[in-house]
Amino acid sequence: MELTGAQILMECLKREGVDTIFGYPGGAVIDLYDELSRHEDSLRHILVRHEQAAVHAADGYARASGKVGVCLVTSGPGATNAVTGIATANSDSIPLVVFTGQVPTRLIGNDAFQEVDIVGITRPCTKHNYLVKDVRTLASIIRQAFYLARSGRPGPVLVDLPKDVMLARHTFVWPEDVRLRSYNPNYKPNLVQLRRAADLILKAKKPLILMGGGVIGSNAGGVLADMATRYQIPVVSTLMGLGGFPGTDSLWCGMVGMHGFVSANRAVSEADVLIAVGTRFADRVTGKISAFASRSRIIHIDIDPTSIRKNVSVDVPVVADCREAIMGLSDVLAARAEEKDWTGEHAEWLAILDKYKTDHPLSYVSNGEIKPQRIIEVLYELTRDKDVIITTEVGQHQMWAAQFYKYTRPRTFLSSGGLGTMGYGLPASMGAQIAMPDKLVIGIAGDGSIQMNSQEFATIVQNKLPVKIIILNNCYLGMVRQWQELFFKQNYMCTCMQGQPDFVKLAEAYGAEGYRITEESELVDTLKKALASPNPTLVDVKVAREENVYPMVPAGAALDEMLLV
Amino acid sequence: MRHVLSVLVENEPGVLSRVAGLFSGRGFNIESLNVAPTLEAGVSHMTIATSGDDQIMEQIVKQLRKLVTVIKVVDFQDLAFVEREMLLIKVQADDSRRGEVLRIADIFRCKVVDVSLVDLTLEATGNHEKIEAVISLLNRFGIKELTRTGTMAMKRSMQRDP
Repeated sequence: MELTGAQILMECLKREGVDTIFGYPGGAVIDLYDELSRHEDSLRHILVRHEQAAVHAADGYARASGKVGVCLVTSGPGATNAVTGIATANSDSIPLVVFTGQVPTRLIGNDAFQEVDIVGITRPCTKHNYLVKDVRTLASIIRQAFYLARSGRPGPVLVDLPKDVMLARHTFVWPEDVRLRSYNPNYKPNLVQLRRAADLILKAKKPLILMGGGVIGSNAGGVLADMATRYQIPVVSTLMGLGGFPGTDSLWCGMVGMHGFVSANRAVSEADVLIAVGTRFADRVTGKISAFASRSRIIHIDIDPTSIRKNVSVDVPVVADCREAIMGLSDVLAARAEEKDWTGEHAEWLAILDKYKTDHPLSYVSNGEIKPQRIIEVLYELTRDKDVIITTEVGQHQMWAAQFYKYTRPRTFLSSGGLGTMGYGLPASMGAQIAMPDKLVIGIAGDGSIQMNSQEFATIVQNKLPVKIIILNNCYLGMVRQWQELFFKQNYMCTCMQGQPDFVKLAEAYGAEGYRITEESELVDTLKKALASPNPTLVDVKVAREENVYPMVPAGAALDEMLLV
Repeated sequence: MRHVLSVLVENEPGVLSRVAGLFSGRGFNIESLNVAPTLEAGVSHMTIATSGDDQIMEQIVKQLRKLVTVIKVVDFQDLAFVEREMLLIKVQADDSRRGEVLRIADIFRCKVVDVSLVDLTLEATGNHEKIEAVISLLNRFGIKELTRTGTMAMKRSMQRDP
């Protein structure tokens, strides 16, 4: 049977298991939207208020569920608005397929109305992208797009759809098989390398697991925790790996990096064997690269060969899926488990780390003001028994949310780690709530970044998404202000936010509930009330204005050179 | 250190841009890049001359392989290979100097492909070093214009023992 391009797209989406599309209509995709109206029973479309938010929402949906997030936007400005979201997903290896409308093929290159070369623009910030020039290739391109997005190191794939291709007719044939001769990600670990890794671990006195976002992406959290527990290996994580290992476990030593825990940063600096899993050793994680893990032999497990030896030289590279590699390594260790008294030989190391944890816990000084860290602590206490997903924007509040909330399960901390995109959190919380309707989705925000996508309260209210947004409001762009305080002689250029809206009224204007907290005494009760609401809710908390995030490793310093409270 | 890479790519729109964008976006050097179709329909061959230390070269090769449209990458560094480049060069050569220019052309087995009363256009082929030598020797006569193909390379059938 002959179908139009638009119909073929709908068929392909259903066969890929898509149930939700985040999008925004426009001239170039009007035919697609017309067709979409006939598939509403199986393809739910969420109308956002800005295309950037469509991509962040799809990203939040993907991070929360592990499925591929899907967006549909129009040509020109619709597509360029999506770019920040695409780059965000690309930096954090999140599987997305982004469909953009395009002017008809005969007009491409003519500077037509709402025309941009979005394939050219997004080439460096997608895993791959396509311009569909012929309806006969449409189904196979869509199939490839989903395959590329979710396989190997996941990432966003963009498919540009000219208007005439969506109207052209062709017999629909679903390509059952998808194979690309030039793309064969390696999932299985090399046994020789695993044995070399095991040799190092068997000899180690101070082994340490450093996990990154790859542990979440490959669903390796469970097997990693099993290995760590069985062989008594302490665990630290990057921002992207939070939730991959229980933050309540005695082997947990915290987050590493620029705002990492003392125990975690010292652990990395003092370890003799570092088992890095699914991390790319970003600069915010390593600090001064020459001093990073300088006493350590490094085993690096990652599915992307380019991650290996990009920033850090490695003793044992393992190019494989993190889950497969950890399972393989556990098997190799299990066969030789007798060779080492794991508990006994690691006891001294664990005692050192325990002392760091006890001597240098995360801390702040209480002084009668509402300390932002305190809010996160209270939030944790109020929700620790609930099924919670935390999203963040970017800045100080993001770091406090990473530090002071104890994440115990994967896919519960959604944050823009690599690109550091302000405006990510609110739309990501929408996507997460849609993917996980039964979970309590809490967005932690700053007063600066919430305004980068606050139009999405309309989407949240329209779709009755009961997300809870908590603004740590210090009337500053706090992280930049902190840098200005510490490194620019308190020259607070352009970081004091004047003319802030009344966020409670803003929420109410959209039809959400709004609460304000100005005294610490109100904190617990008001948060409880907000969290118990079945409605979209915003809580504006007036926090200590010039609180800093500590520990802090100044840019360019070594990980163990931390500024403390 | 200079490296010559042989890269097989899917011959589709944008592939050159993907490769060139990779080099520019990541700050890798490109000395030259030469691309043309192969016998196999849909596949093009690129020869890329680049430079970098071992760590950079490892990244260049891996990053190229990561591109979905790149089928195969071979670094010729440790292989025996044939390298050729073609040069077209227009040299000032009036009556007083034509003889000397032609003698140099002869030494390098250049062909004369165009001549006028005031200049000569020569065609030279050879490896990178030879082309550099031709240019440097002709420089003193005054080079009016030159164009080069960039390096093309092919692995030798007989390889040295590893």
